[in-house]
Amino acid sequence: MNFHPLVIPFLAGTVFLLIMISLKYIKWIRLLDANQSATIKKNILTFKTVQAINEIFHESLLHRKIYKRNRLLGYMHMSLAFGWFLMIVVGKIESSFYYGTFLDKPWLGIFFKYFARTPHHYFMIIPFSFIMDLLLLVTLSGVMLAILKRIRSTFLGIKKTTNHILLDRIALTSLWWIFPLRLLAESSTAELTGNGSFLTGTVGHLLSTLPVHQLELPLWWAYSICIGIFFIALPFSRYMHIPTEIVLIFLRKWGAQAGEVQSGFTDIQLNTCSRCGLCIDACQMNFAADINHIQPVYFIRDTRYHHLSKEVADNCLLCGRCVEACPVGLELTVIRQQVRHKSEIQGNNYFEYNGAIENTKKADIVYFAGCMSQLTPTIIISMKKIFEEAGVSYWFMDEEKGLCCGRPLRQQGYLQQSKDLVSKNTQLIHSSGAKMLVTSCPICYQSFKNEYSLDIPVMHHSDYIGLLMKENKLNLEQSDIEMVYHDPCELGRGSGVYDQPRHVLQSIGNLTAVDFEKEKSLCCGGSLSNMVIDSDSRQKIRDNTLEVLTKSRPDVLVTACPLCKKTFAQNNTTKIMDIAEIVAANLKNKIKASKSIN
Amino acid sequence: MSGKNIIIIGGGPAGLEAAYHLALHDYSVTLIEKETETGGHIRKDLKLFPDFTDASEVRKELSDKMMHPNIDLKTGICVTELFQEGLKWVVKCDNGSSFISDAVLLATGFETFDATRKEELGYGIYDNVITSVEFEGKLKEGKILTSSGRVPQRIAFLNCVGSRDEKVGNLYCSRVCCINGVKLAISFKEMVPDAEAYCFYIDMRMTGQHYEELYRTSQEKYGVTYIRGRISEAAATFDNRIQLKSEDTLACLPLKMAVDMLVLMVGMEASKSTRILSAQNGIPGEYGFAAGSGINFRDNLTIKAGLFLAGTCKRPLSFQETIADAGAAAVQMMDYLKDEK
Amino acid sequence: MKEWGYKISTPRVIDLDKADTARYAKLVEEVPSVKKCIMCGACSATCTASNHTDFSFRQCHLLFRRGQVVNLSVELDKCMLCGKCKIVCPQGVNTRAIISTMRIILSDMNNRNTPL
Repeated sequence: MNFHPLVIPFLAGTVFLLIMISLKYIKWIRLLDANQSATIKKNILTFKTVQAINEIFHESLLHRKIYKRNRLLGYMHMSLAFGWFLMIVVGKIESSFYYGTFLDKPWLGIFFKYFARTPHHYFMIIPFSFIMDLLLLVTLSGVMLAILKRIRSTFLGIKKTTNHILLDRIALTSLWWIFPLRLLAESSTAELTGNGSFLTGTVGHLLSTLPVHQLELPLWWAYSICIGIFFIALPFSRYMHIPTEIVLIFLRKWGAQAGEVQSGFTDIQLNTCSRCGLCIDACQMNFAADINHIQPVYFIRDTRYHHLSKEVADNCLLCGRCVEACPVGLELTVIRQQVRHKSEIQGNNYFEYNGAIENTKKADIVYFAGCMSQLTPTIIISMKKIFEEAGVSYWFMDEEKGLCCGRPLRQQGYLQQSKDLVSKNTQLIHSSGAKMLVTSCPICYQSFKNEYSLDIPVMHHSDYIGLLMKENKLNLEQSDIEMVYHDPCELGRGSGVYDQPRHVLQSIGNLTAVDFEKEKSLCCGGSLSNMVIDSDSRQKIRDNTLEVLTKSRPDVLVTACPLCKKTFAQNNTTKIMDIAEIVAANLKNKIKASKSIN
Repeated sequence: MSGKNIIIIGGGPAGLEAAYHLALHDYSVTLIEKETETGGHIRKDLKLFPDFTDASEVRKELSDKMMHPNIDLKTGICVTELFQEGLKWVVKCDNGSSFISDAVLLATGFETFDATRKEELGYGIYDNVITSVEFEGKLKEGKILTSSGRVPQRIAFLNCVGSRDEKVGNLYCSRVCCINGVKLAISFKEMVPDAEAYCFYIDMRMTGQHYEELYRTSQEKYGVTYIRGRISEAAATFDNRIQLKSEDTLACLPLKMAVDMLVLMVGMEASKSTRILSAQNGIPGEYGFAAGSGINFRDNLTIKAGLFLAGTCKRPLSFQETIADAGAAAVQMMDYLKDEK
Repeated sequence: MKEWGYKISTPRVIDLDKADTARYAKLVEEVPSVKKCIMCGACSATCTASNHTDFSFRQCHLLFRRGQVVNLSVELDKCMLCGKCKIVCPQGVNTRAIISTMRIILSDMNNRNTPL
């Protein structure tokens, strides 16, 4: 026989699933914005498609990124994903060989052992049987680990796991039951028909004490129903990530990027989140300040189900540690800014700032200190000294009546007003005649790099100092001073500047590495982007970060951001210096700087 | 002779005054002071508010009291350890000596706030930004000059530096900076009558006797200008004056001005000895000060029997309040020692 | 007399019997740290926008509290959200959240045509 009503739940689930996915994908692809569509179409017929398939294999199936983080966790994901994938594929091939045709009914591969009750000899009958049992065993081991993770997640390297909603729990439970039920069903059939292999045969013998004749059919029904429930729940649950991740990888390889406002591409990313919870452990608001409801897993879930509260959207440091941790590479910080979008409160353009002063004399460099640097004047004084020593002519753009770079407005979603500031500043910069823009604040640096379209290159001062040293315009004195360097979130993860400041510091003294650095560096907690967090929690984050940074008891903690410097200085233990400060204090051929200028 | 002996840690006004009272009542007192001279912070003062008493006269009166035969004065020694042994108290010092007594008075005083922590005010960066302590020092020398040697024609005083400030962890008010600022402004105007003095305040806390009258005099007779607002940033001008950025909150307008000198009224913080010794004995209070065991009636006592507190090691106090507090502590100690057998 | 853009010169008085303090109540709910403000003016002293205009965050916040919201949303738009005010505030008030919330409350009120 080739059909039995027991396959109906499975069929119904599959059909429902395919319809739901198609409808959603069509909707989202239509909602892609024009730029994204154009970029994608250009790249479809290129080598990038092959790269995408490669990435799908390595990440969606083998879960390489998770494996690198923790081997057991990686194995768990791989065994479930790759194991089940292979079971379907190999099962289909096996049934094709059994029935002699590739185009047979789809359920025959899923319920193979039930229908193939009298195994005639077919191509590779024994290896197939063995492989299927092996795959089932591997997948079951994954299920065991998944259960273990729910009970004691630290065994798999995770401190805090996701708090799942009811729908996810139902989907999860049905998914887990699929494989034990398959084992029991196949084993009962194996006991009756002898078509099992090492696993199913053995379990079948163990079942022989029970009334297997009566149990066989209910077990297959249960197996089918479980699949059905899982497939029906899938498009509404976390498991939507299974198909959507594939779509995302293709689109991403074809050049799609999240933009300023939400689009279809945002929806695709929202549905790719598997709620694995790795972002929770990465989030400092979790482990330093015990705030556990705002991590990306929850914020994305809330957005997807349309009940995102303003508090959750606003309560994020935008430090980017979650982006580093996310195994599917979602653009979490960009999406967080998208949902803050405030189009209805645009206000008019009141930046009729007639005070902004234009440049009058010729200068090579435009120096933009940034709003925060006004509160850390040693940075400005040090930069002036450095410019002087290197003989560089510069125009200090925001010495008196500076304007904000516009990024704080943008991070809160006031896009129109941010653009107004951007255009004003761009006009000032371009009309200055300078050939390069140097800024002291990483927030401004990111803004100039990504949100302005300037004709001239932009550098952060830590990078620029390195350039001056390479051009031999600056020489530094070496000493035995013990330093550690703190990677500011906006300069490090935000802009990828990690090594240049370190090169500079190594010419000054001994630089010790810290536990969490570069991509994994900790946020100072001073972030402008979080409008909700209270000062106690910020202090906890700051103190936690300071503890890690000053573990080696350095002489100086060097940072490259005025906001970080001001935040750390509130807890007055180790000496904090900006990189410009320590460079200016160690210039060769100048009197070793006392802090006063004369 | 009562046969009981007392150790007083700290030779500032509180310690000296308490020592004297105890000595008069026949207790033998060992007073340990870490500097080479007694007097504490009033050594740096010229005049005390509110009535402009000469600080050196007050100092002399206090140090003369130390001539009493019952007082054994030990200067230049720092106490490193303090602990209780049974009913006695043991004090160990950095020169290796140690002392035992029946009761100890902690009078380790305060330190001023380190103004480099408020980087935006330019202390430690620009020469013409100084603290109130340094300004008083200049008054004592008899000449106030800017870093380029000129007599300042315009000075600004900024109140609440390091106090009432969550960002440096000191939420409390240091009590005396308001009146001290008024006093310094008046002293400056007496020295340079044609110059301008500006006081930037949040509130004018004129709590003690004659304080409010002094405030009134400063405006009426000396023309000191008071501006309600904070100075947010200080920058140097090309000729080394200090450019201030502020808001006049009463006029609701941004305010800026260039001054020859900016004086920061720095607050009081717990001294290092206070922090260390109170931590050693389970009496650390808020902000590192030492905690008494009841603000109404037991302010000079602690949870440890025989350990007493006097003066600014508990909280910011004015000179007059410190002297009164020292007397109270002395009486409490005498009560304790009388009961002790 | 500060020009805030209204044409009829009606005398302005803070009448706390008649003032509508519902907006301030909403602000307190959203940003509880606003209650700690002592109006010291450190925020408006350091404000970036005050270099160019006479925008005073402290004044806006105070008038909002007293129910004086005529043309206030126009003033609030001058804020660039740069964050210096929050860093210098000695009481730990979340100044930027106050501006953002005031903008939202005022625009809500405008959209629903609540008489001022």
